[in-house]
Amino acid sequence: MAPKEFCKMISRSKPGPGDGGNTGSWRVLRPVIDLKACIPVKMNKEACFNCWLYCPDSVVSKTIPPVINFEYCKGCGICAEECPAGAITMVNEATPIEEDK
Amino acid sequence: MRTDIIEIRWHGRGGQGAITAAKIVANAAFVSGYKGVVMTPTFGTERRGAAIFTSLKISKNKIYDLSPIATPDMVIVLDHTLLEEVDVTAGLKENGLVVLNGPKPVSEYTFKGMKVAVSDITTHSVEAGLPPGIINSGIIGAFSKASGLVDIDVLIDAIEKEFSTKRPELNSKAAQIAYDNTAIGGM
Amino acid sequence: MHIIESGNVAAATGVKLSRAQVIAAYPITPQTPLTEKLSEFVEGGELDAQYIPVESEHSAMGVCIAASTAGTRAFTATSANGLLYMNEQLHWAVGARLPIVMCVANRGIGAPWTVWNDQQDTIAQRDVGWIQIYCNDHQQIIDSVIKAFRLAQSVSIPVMVCYDGYLLSHTYMPFDQPEQSKVDTFLPKFAPTHFLNPDDPANFNTVTLPDVRPGLDGKMAPGYIEIRHNLQEDLRASLDVYEEIDTAFAKDFGRGGNPFVEQYKCEDADFVAVCIGSLSYQLRDVIDIMRDNGVKIGVMGVQMYRPFPNQAIIAALDGKKCAIVFEKALSYGNQGALYADIKSALYNSKDKPLVHNYILGLGGREIKTRHLLDALNESCTAPETFGDSPRWIGLKL
Repeated sequence: MAPKEFCKMISRSKPGPGDGGNTGSWRVLRPVIDLKACIPVKMNKEACFNCWLYCPDSVVSKTIPPVINFEYCKGCGICAEECPAGAITMVNEATPIEEDK
Repeated sequence: MRTDIIEIRWHGRGGQGAITAAKIVANAAFVSGYKGVVMTPTFGTERRGAAIFTSLKISKNKIYDLSPIATPDMVIVLDHTLLEEVDVTAGLKENGLVVLNGPKPVSEYTFKGMKVAVSDITTHSVEAGLPPGIINSGIIGAFSKASGLVDIDVLIDAIEKEFSTKRPELNSKAAQIAYDNTAIGGM
Repeated sequence: MHIIESGNVAAATGVKLSRAQVIAAYPITPQTPLTEKLSEFVEGGELDAQYIPVESEHSAMGVCIAASTAGTRAFTATSANGLLYMNEQLHWAVGARLPIVMCVANRGIGAPWTVWNDQQDTIAQRDVGWIQIYCNDHQQIIDSVIKAFRLAQSVSIPVMVCYDGYLLSHTYMPFDQPEQSKVDTFLPKFAPTHFLNPDDPANFNTVTLPDVRPGLDGKMAPGYIEIRHNLQEDLRASLDVYEEIDTAFAKDFGRGGNPFVEQYKCEDADFVAVCIGSLSYQLRDVIDIMRDNGVKIGVMGVQMYRPFPNQAIIAALDGKKCAIVFEKALSYGNQGALYADIKSALYNSKDKPLVHNYILGLGGREIKTRHLLDALNESCTAPETFGDSPRWIGLKL
């Protein structure tokens, strides 16, 4: 008889966009990056990326400019809080709809 | 009731080293072939200077009962001033033995129906070169002489092991002087 | 080599020989000398471990959880209210499947405040999911600590090694200290099944949904109930693993062979006294007196309480006239916890004995031979009339 395998099940998951499910549907506030103020864009080099580092759902890319995956961005606002240049604003998802009217 | 267990109760004050002395005797007894050795200190809080007691049981067989001694075969009193506050002979078996550190001759101490052994450990320990007040090695010499249970040489080995970093040779000298100067009387 | 030391030092020596790597503990009577000894070992370079002083038992277990999640062998120790203060973290440690080992010097629980021995502290933790091993003397303490580390890492479940406060923690008796090289062979280096690894980033124990769900790796991730079911299955299977470990230990060190229950004069006995911890040894002398009086009686100490060794209990008690369960704890509002567990196990036995329950020794009340004799005589004289309620020994009402 093969020895029993213990601890076959634990709560373990891969960190990455989508690990928390369809979290984009939770979003009330949408982060909008002001590219004129964003440090890597302004300096045109790989720098800062605090938004990428702090995003709890890994939905910000480490690119110039950083791109947010809105399918999974839940709108928590941590990127806006952490951006040292104040380049990210949280905009009410309902606002553009108001403007469309 | 088991009759193979020798029960020794140690009376001292918190900080005098009664537990260490009992532990040394426990070690020496074990080396001498007593496979069952259990030393049980007073459970709970201890305060420096307060009267405390420690139970030591020794037997050729394993000991299972860890409760404090109620009917000792002998009691060892590290400090004669305890006689005024503690009934050291409480429960002591008939013809039991009291080993006492006291300054007066043995005839001055009487415990009805008991043997008594006296040595002025406080003085002998200073003679051995120890600072005043260290008495727990000396009392072991008096215990050996009075009880005849454990050989003085084995006890001296155990003393030097226990005090390996704390003046081992002075402590063993104190035990030897006490052994040579223990007077036995009573009954 | 035999040494004469206290039970706490026996435990500390077992931890040293097991080469624990992270120790976090908060001192509490009667466990304190154990943690003091361990900090001495670390300070003196005898044990290569991080000793992390913490401000509470909750934090002590928190540090052990972190250290174990980082893949190190972690140890802590506590007593009584300190153990209760850890409670939330105890559940976490076992749910996270971390092989932490903890010693508990059993002590009564306040209020009212007490520092003396009973077993309410660990018995109250029986449903947490930790494995619980109980010791009867110093040799079992040092041996059980070493076995506990191997058991914990074999099944990825934390283990409590419990011994009576003061009665064992503060008494001195001889015990054999195993050689380091032999312990190193017996207890292989810790190879964790899961740990925080920067080369393989992972989330552990995040919110787990009621249902299963697909993970990012394409595999179906278990829900909460699957993970908990797996824990229960592994706990039950730990009985076999512990038996193997105990057998291996007996082969290497010449001691053991009673992983679940330790019996004394039970073979031909009509009556069997049952209890947990040092009381089972104290009862041996009482059993001898009863035997001298012509009563066929033995005593059995329960060594492993969780997982509960139902089969060993049935094997030991099936066909006896009466099992007399002495307990230093109870499930308040019902009866003795061990008593209830034993009755539950015996429900599946062919020839059920009567079962009696006595509560005694709470808060360090001295257990006198005379009391034990009276209780056993009472139980053996008219066993059928005892009833299902626990009787209390030594009460001065």
